[in-house]
Amino acid sequence: MRFLRDEKIRGILYQLITIVGFVLFIVYIAQNTATNIEQRGIKTGFDFLNSTAGFDITESPIPFSPQHTHWDVYKVGLLNTLIVSFWGIVFSTILGLIIGVWRLSSNWLINRIAAAYIEIFRNIPLLLQILFWYNVVLATLPSTRNSISIGDIIFINNRGFFMPDFKLQEGAWIVGLAVIVAIGLVVWLVKWANRKQELTGEQIPVFLYSILILITLPTIAYFIAGEPISATYPVLKGFNFEGGKVYTPEFLALLFALTIYTATFIAEAIRSGIEAVPKGQKEAAISLGLSPWQRLRLVILPQAVRIAIPSIINQYLNLIKNSSLAAAIGYPELVTIFAGTSLNQTGQALEILLITMLTYLAISLIVSLILNWFNNKMKIKER
Amino acid sequence: MAVYPLKPARKPPLKERGLIAWLRKNLLSSPFNIALTIFGVAILYMIIPPFIKWAFIDANFVGNSKADCTGDGACWVFIKEKLNMFIFGFYPQDILWRPKVVMLGLVALLIFAKFVKGFNKLKLFLIVIYPIIGYILLHGGYFGLEVVETSKWGGLLLTLIIASVGIVLSFPIGVILALGRQSKLPIIRSLSIFYIELIRGVPLITVLFMASVVLPLFFPQGVDFDKLARALIGISLFEAAYVAENIRSGFQAIPKGQYEAADSLGLTYWQKMGLIILPQAIRVTIPNLVGTFISLFKDTSLVMIIGLFDLLSMVNVAANDRDWLGMETEGYVFVAFIFWIFTFGMSLYSKYLEKKLDINKKG
Repeated sequence: MRFLRDEKIRGILYQLITIVGFVLFIVYIAQNTATNIEQRGIKTGFDFLNSTAGFDITESPIPFSPQHTHWDVYKVGLLNTLIVSFWGIVFSTILGLIIGVWRLSSNWLINRIAAAYIEIFRNIPLLLQILFWYNVVLATLPSTRNSISIGDIIFINNRGFFMPDFKLQEGAWIVGLAVIVAIGLVVWLVKWANRKQELTGEQIPVFLYSILILITLPTIAYFIAGEPISATYPVLKGFNFEGGKVYTPEFLALLFALTIYTATFIAEAIRSGIEAVPKGQKEAAISLGLSPWQRLRLVILPQAVRIAIPSIINQYLNLIKNSSLAAAIGYPELVTIFAGTSLNQTGQALEILLITMLTYLAISLIVSLILNWFNNKMKIKER
Repeated sequence: MAVYPLKPARKPPLKERGLIAWLRKNLLSSPFNIALTIFGVAILYMIIPPFIKWAFIDANFVGNSKADCTGDGACWVFIKEKLNMFIFGFYPQDILWRPKVVMLGLVALLIFAKFVKGFNKLKLFLIVIYPIIGYILLHGGYFGLEVVETSKWGGLLLTLIIASVGIVLSFPIGVILALGRQSKLPIIRSLSIFYIELIRGVPLITVLFMASVVLPLFFPQGVDFDKLARALIGISLFEAAYVAENIRSGFQAIPKGQYEAADSLGLTYWQKMGLIILPQAIRVTIPNLVGTFISLFKDTSLVMIIGLFDLLSMVNVAANDRDWLGMETEGYVFVAFIFWIFTFGMSLYSKYLEKKLDINKKG
């Protein structure tokens, strides 16, 4: 048995044992699953994706009726997941920034309020917060007839928020084009201004010009194209509102809870990012005679962002995964309708859960690819 | 020789010490700061007085039915009447001493493990043996104890069971996965990476669905896990991936010299890992581990979706009682408070540990 003392041979042996054990385990499970599925009369394969769903979905960004297939259910679910995640990311970033800045404020009261906000909402389970918004706050809003009205444009009641809906008409593409051109111009302006500063030291108020470009170009295009964007407003007819856009209580409860919960983590990430910048950096900036705003923008933020962004992106990822908790209140996203209703209808748990998990995995992979790209781009270039 | 008498000490300048100076410096240093302070006071004024009014001044504490709740505020009578339900779920009322003993035992064990020094082997033994004792006491069936099915377990009891079993099970699995990910053997390493990244990329709820719906298909008929066991398996396997990543970050904090020193002493792989690397890595990463365990504790509320009656789902159960309709608000606030106490306590503990470990590093 002397050959066992060789580390290489031992390594190969360990791996062989692992592989054999792993393969045996898989075969054992596969066999059991096959017999169980056969005995219980569960169908297999992915044909079910083409069979009609037979149930309706309360809110769908694309046309959907019970005649559509389970594949359409999947698409609706994924779209709804992405929609709620997108708005969740937007709002939690805004709220997180506000709370994070408050947390760093030299004003003791504001600082403490932010700390209390973080400690309270971070430590309460997200599911509880979702249920609280859904069952307590949104359910006790007034009925349709007694809606809270904001300027007769927005109506709030226990069936959701009713807002004006914007419709694109012919010629709207001109406005879209103008927006793209404006963004392109701003990018070019920033590059040009940077080069100019490097060469001559002359500074150009890039921020002001950018805002001007971004506002004026699309506005001019809007009027040139003949006001191609129109709005329909919600109007009370009978027992419910018609027209406009409805945000259901399910969507709102999920969005509010995700926003408030994730904002605590984003605020903490921002705080730790800024606090991680060594004190000497700030002192050096002061001794160079930079103004407080220049200190923040040129010295502190570029370094803080490097530290904070990875954990903020991780929080975005968590938010996307946490949106699956909608299953508890029935917002029709991926887990609720596909891994829930479709699974119950077809009984093909294995296939459906596999597709669902792979979908989330794909989203995670895409986000982490973005993160890696970002980390590489932002890495301090050392010589 | 000239005599220079000591002059009496002057009083500290009024503007630099004391309450007024503190207010000046922290709340009123500039017009902008004053505006901020007013803004903060306004926020507090909008939130705190109404809450206190609802929760204490207008609230009802006395009585035993909904009719006793006459004020506009919270009806804490509901919580008082349903307290046993919130804590023990549907556990039979006449044998509540069994879960009580188990919970008290857990507290005693934690106090013993934390505050009594030494007895390390005994502690480890108790941590391993305690779940078995607890299971026998709770489930019964031995020593003439009446059998109580796991479907009757609920409330805070169930939440604590899931959390503590999840912690105890996910830790060793996580250590093995972390070792696998560090390993030089390509197959073991890639299997570990695959598992960790797969689990970290999906939401817990899909893993729980997998455990509750698909897991029974994996085993021959006759092998049947009950719902609780499936949830425990799902949660432990899920959190193990996160524990593994925590421990990996601990590995990365260990200087390379430690590995080399262990190698030059002629230690085997397991000696090196078990005696040199792991103890240090775990020590470094304890605050992160506590963070993971906090999210595990919060995540236990998800078992509600697969039909277990944990503390959170008890709110719906209790508020669906015909005598107590519409009591969700009180229920959620109470449950949120209990969850908050546990998680906030754990996060304070992790901060304390962070400080302690930091001092050790410097000293």
